[in-house]
Amino acid sequence: MADTKIGAYICKGCGIGERLDTAQLAMIAQKEGKAQVVREHEFLCNASGVELIRNDIANEGVNHVVIAACSRRAKAETFNFENVAISRTNLREGVIWITPADEDKKELVQEMAADYVRMGCAESLKMQIPRTNPNVGHNKRILVVGGGISGMTAAIEASKTGYDVLLVEKTGNLGGWAARLHKRVPNREPYADPMDTGIAGLIKQIESDKHIKVHLSSTITKTSGAPGQFSVDISTESGSTATENVGGIIMASGFTPYDMNKLPHLGAGKSKDVVDQLGLEALAKAANGGPIKRPSDGKEVKSVVFIQCAGQRSDKEGELPYCSGHCCNTSIKQAMYFKDQNPNVDTVVMYTDLRTPGNGEDFYRSAQKKGVIFTKGVASEVVPGAELQVKFQDKILNEDAVAKADLVVLATGQVANSGVDIETVPQDEPGKWASNKQSVLNMSYRQGKDLPLLKHGFNDSHFICFPYETRRTGIYTAGPVRRPMDMVQAIEDATGAALKAIQAVENAGLGRAAHPRSGDLSFPEFRREGCTQCKRCTVECPFGAIDEDEQRYPVFNESRCRRCGTCMGACPVRVISFENYSVDSVGYQLKAVDMPDQFSEKPRILVLACENDAYPALDMAAMNHIQYSAFTRVIPVRCLGSVNTIWVTDALNSGYDGVVLMGCQKGENYQCHFVKGSELAHMRMSKIDDTLKQLSLEVERVKTYEVAITDIQRAPALINEMAETIQKIGLSPLKF
Amino acid sequence: MARKEYSFYPGCSSERKASASNYMTSVESMCKTLDIKLNEIPDWNCCAASIGYAEGGELPRHVMNARNIALSEKNVGNQDIVATCAACWLGAKESQERINHSPTMLADVNEILKEAGLKYEGKQKIRHMVEVLIEDLGYEELGKPVKKPLEGIKIAGYVGCQTNRPFGVDGESFENPKYLDKLTETMGAQALDKYEQKVTCCGGALAFSEPEKSQAQIKKIIESAYDHGADMIVTPCPVCQMNVEVYQGQINKKYGTKFKIPVVYYSQLMAVAYGATAKEAALDGNIIRATQLEEIAAKK
Amino acid sequence: MSDLNTAMVEKYRNDFLKEVEANVEQGNWVKMCMQCGVCSGSCPLGPAWEHPPQEIFMMIRAGKRDEVLKSESMWMCTSCYNCIVRCPRELPITHIMHGLANYAHRLGIAPKMNPTRRFAKMFWKNISSAGRVNELKLSVGLYFMDGFASGIKKGLEMLPVGLGMLKTGRLNPFGLFSGGHCKGAGDIRKMIKKAKEIEDKRKGFAA
Repeated sequence: MADTKIGAYICKGCGIGERLDTAQLAMIAQKEGKAQVVREHEFLCNASGVELIRNDIANEGVNHVVIAACSRRAKAETFNFENVAISRTNLREGVIWITPADEDKKELVQEMAADYVRMGCAESLKMQIPRTNPNVGHNKRILVVGGGISGMTAAIEASKTGYDVLLVEKTGNLGGWAARLHKRVPNREPYADPMDTGIAGLIKQIESDKHIKVHLSSTITKTSGAPGQFSVDISTESGSTATENVGGIIMASGFTPYDMNKLPHLGAGKSKDVVDQLGLEALAKAANGGPIKRPSDGKEVKSVVFIQCAGQRSDKEGELPYCSGHCCNTSIKQAMYFKDQNPNVDTVVMYTDLRTPGNGEDFYRSAQKKGVIFTKGVASEVVPGAELQVKFQDKILNEDAVAKADLVVLATGQVANSGVDIETVPQDEPGKWASNKQSVLNMSYRQGKDLPLLKHGFNDSHFICFPYETRRTGIYTAGPVRRPMDMVQAIEDATGAALKAIQAVENAGLGRAAHPRSGDLSFPEFRREGCTQCKRCTVECPFGAIDEDEQRYPVFNESRCRRCGTCMGACPVRVISFENYSVDSVGYQLKAVDMPDQFSEKPRILVLACENDAYPALDMAAMNHIQYSAFTRVIPVRCLGSVNTIWVTDALNSGYDGVVLMGCQKGENYQCHFVKGSELAHMRMSKIDDTLKQLSLEVERVKTYEVAITDIQRAPALINEMAETIQKIGLSPLKF
Repeated sequence: MARKEYSFYPGCSSERKASASNYMTSVESMCKTLDIKLNEIPDWNCCAASIGYAEGGELPRHVMNARNIALSEKNVGNQDIVATCAACWLGAKESQERINHSPTMLADVNEILKEAGLKYEGKQKIRHMVEVLIEDLGYEELGKPVKKPLEGIKIAGYVGCQTNRPFGVDGESFENPKYLDKLTETMGAQALDKYEQKVTCCGGALAFSEPEKSQAQIKKIIESAYDHGADMIVTPCPVCQMNVEVYQGQINKKYGTKFKIPVVYYSQLMAVAYGATAKEAALDGNIIRATQLEEIAAKK
Repeated sequence: MSDLNTAMVEKYRNDFLKEVEANVEQGNWVKMCMQCGVCSGSCPLGPAWEHPPQEIFMMIRAGKRDEVLKSESMWMCTSCYNCIVRCPRELPITHIMHGLANYAHRLGIAPKMNPTRRFAKMFWKNISSAGRVNELKLSVGLYFMDGFASGIKKGLEMLPVGLGMLKTGRLNPFGLFSGGHCKGAGDIRKMIKKAKEIEDKRKGFAA
């Protein structure tokens, strides 16, 4: 590779030229920053500015570009040059917009800008041009696990987009639970009546699609590899196994209905005339449009009570705490089975909160028009007998009451078929993977056989920010295995997951990262000779990207990696790095700052801010001209999880008076784009007090915060708080 | 020919020596200035009001209104029907809506109207006087004839229920209609920015049968006007006007308050602003005299 | 129990919802209530209702016929229409309440001494005989509703109001003998009679 040749470009636009002495900045870039080419420009992001840079790259041999202008979040497209290392120095949002324009502050502001130029050049010096992940796989076939409505939809959607699909179904038939429904909740205008499930048509479509290969009565007994190069073992009931290669995986393993026999107080198991919703579907299918007959004696049902939230939305041991989302609409539909056949059948839906997602409100109204009675009440007991008695508390009239019925239907919830809980099931030794009946994917990953669970046993990464994303790159969940849902939602979900899987195989083939650093060409490398086999990286990687070899050295699966740098932050011997983001690229930046002496009354505050939320929050604060201390030096990091504690130690040793770390919200309702990064960083930083004590420094000098992208007022306030703290406790004695 | 002409349904309370006769007088004055001609429906009858339901039931109630509509059709069938009373407007409009919506009821109604030799078509629009003012003339037009702006008077615009709900005036919200305030301001007076009880029910007919409950309502309506510094209350509804005005003495006795706030019709404000005498604006019809208006009316 | 009431109990057995749908003005809307309670919260006399509208709807569905029809609640409606405009399901609640009160009254099981019921009866008599309201007759009737002595007492309480109205020309002292009379009063009486007949026939009340 050619020698590093840094070109530093200092923009004077957007008021930078008026507020700062750019000639001095140019001098610093040249003398201290070692930039061979240094240029000032009136308006760097315009055509002539960009042309200037292009020309230097083409004709002057500049291969490292330092752009001292606006935030790295602005003009990213404009300042995007291929095959060069780019670093951005933030003079606009980072300096002139957050400081007062007063004459007496001019010196401080200039010092701030000068430091940022030094930092930009230092970073550039330690950066390399990413070479692109060399271990790419080009398989673009998509594996769909599960042949229910979600799986079939994903398969059809992927095929329609031009991708080959392998569809694996555990049972002998396609269709899943949906195939067992008499009719479905309507999904189109006027949302008034139950309609055909359409499952037969879908099955036919799959059977006649030569791009979809179906394996029935089959399960996955091994999954290994990475996006673009997965290898899966598909085993049949009879015991034969075929190994197939795929590029991406959609797990649509669905749900199992909650076992109603856990609800004996509601008559389940005590009376044949108490059924769950699927039980009623079977009765309706058997009736085939005629009067529905009850199981005990075959008598025509003249009155039926639907008990909503049976064993769900409950805080009782063994019951489901959540709402399954579809059951209200399903009961409405089932009540219509009766009313449409014979309007004189009494149908009562007993609910506490009727939840009718989608266009269910219209469906609900339609049921009311048909004479279905909705009673707001909580059923406490179903007394078996020739006529069932439903004891309930009427929530409107606030009284205990009894409803009599020939048949009672319990609306029980969905339990995800999510495989083994890798947090609680002991993991096999690496290299000795055996198939597990409960497991869906039987992954040979260091971190376990199946996808991690988020809440209530559902596989998910994040309900709001990253639907479909799991914590295993290239593997996406769809349908009720991800969260409880109805058919309409499952279809939409499956379509989304198919699209994500397609993105993943395409990105993998190009050696690029998947969400959220989509398109990133860098990848982690480690220095084997320095590694102590401590396993922190393999354990802490939020995405299970790192396996171990037989000697317990980490094995990086670059295509599974999301480029968050959590491994780099974890490594105690600092042997992990990215070409453009490393312990040095940040370490040199913070050391490049010109440190005033102890008596200067000019403290220095280092802020390590997550590029996903905290850094944008500071940018937005700047746009709103909210000021923070001019003694601050901010370095964006990929994730707080990538922060290696050496940076904090180095900063304190070099005389910084305070260090503020800003990451995303952690814990159960995390906002961290890399799931665990912020949490791990907080954990690591909880031990920083010892370091501070060793250095005889006050513990208040280091603070770690959770900052949201909306914390536009708070983020600057936290910095100013640190400035005040320093004023109180005094400057660091560790300055030279 | 007059600028605008309407078929007019005054209603019982507007009759001579009835409880809203002052409303009628001031409307006449206002319309004269605005060059609006009102053609009274010959031999109109009661709308059955909101309380008519209990004994009258459904069809008889609608028939009462159908007779008025049929009479109007026969008289001036091409003109919109205008009512000044909220209940009359609401009753007639509601009956028309219900009859026109149901072929059975339409047939029944015509069968019944035969007894009086009448026929119902129900094609005329039924409108409240304020709708006519706002929609057919507009605030600008209404402001033009103002000779004596009602400067310095702070007025609580009490819209009440039935001119506001369920039909209301187009473009206005049920919770905070603004037209009365705009009318007030067009006349040069100051409307309250804030008046929490603007659309509170005065008790309606229950002022007679459930006086205590109704008077508690009326007290809130008056108190809020006082709290925001109003000199008087203006209303578009005869029932509101009467209930809020006449019970002040009884409320004072019961609650120890010292209410004495005039309650006037928008038409009285307009008549005075247009230069009418106190008598033409029927200010002598207010039990609690609106002295500020009287002073302006007396000015040359 | 009146004969009509007995007949209706017989006819609908215990399906009160069906009875309401068939016989009460706008009663077919009752089943559309979704129990949000906005009506109850919007009623100006809400606290005076033993069973606010939301509860009435639920009671109808629960078949509590007597409790509903004999209730004073619906008689508290001031016809302010607040519930109607706020109901997210657009139920004509005011009319349903009127309809229920009217139905109970018609069946003869509405609370006998309810003042609104008695006033309404008087009001209707007043307008249906002459075609227009005679306010004096109406108010005098109202005061003497509970007998002569109580009437004098109420009359005296209301004396200042009456005098005020009289002085301002808003009450006709001779109204007891004249005023508030349509020329077509005879026609009106005939029409109302006919309307009642048709309504009774349509609702199955006629013998």
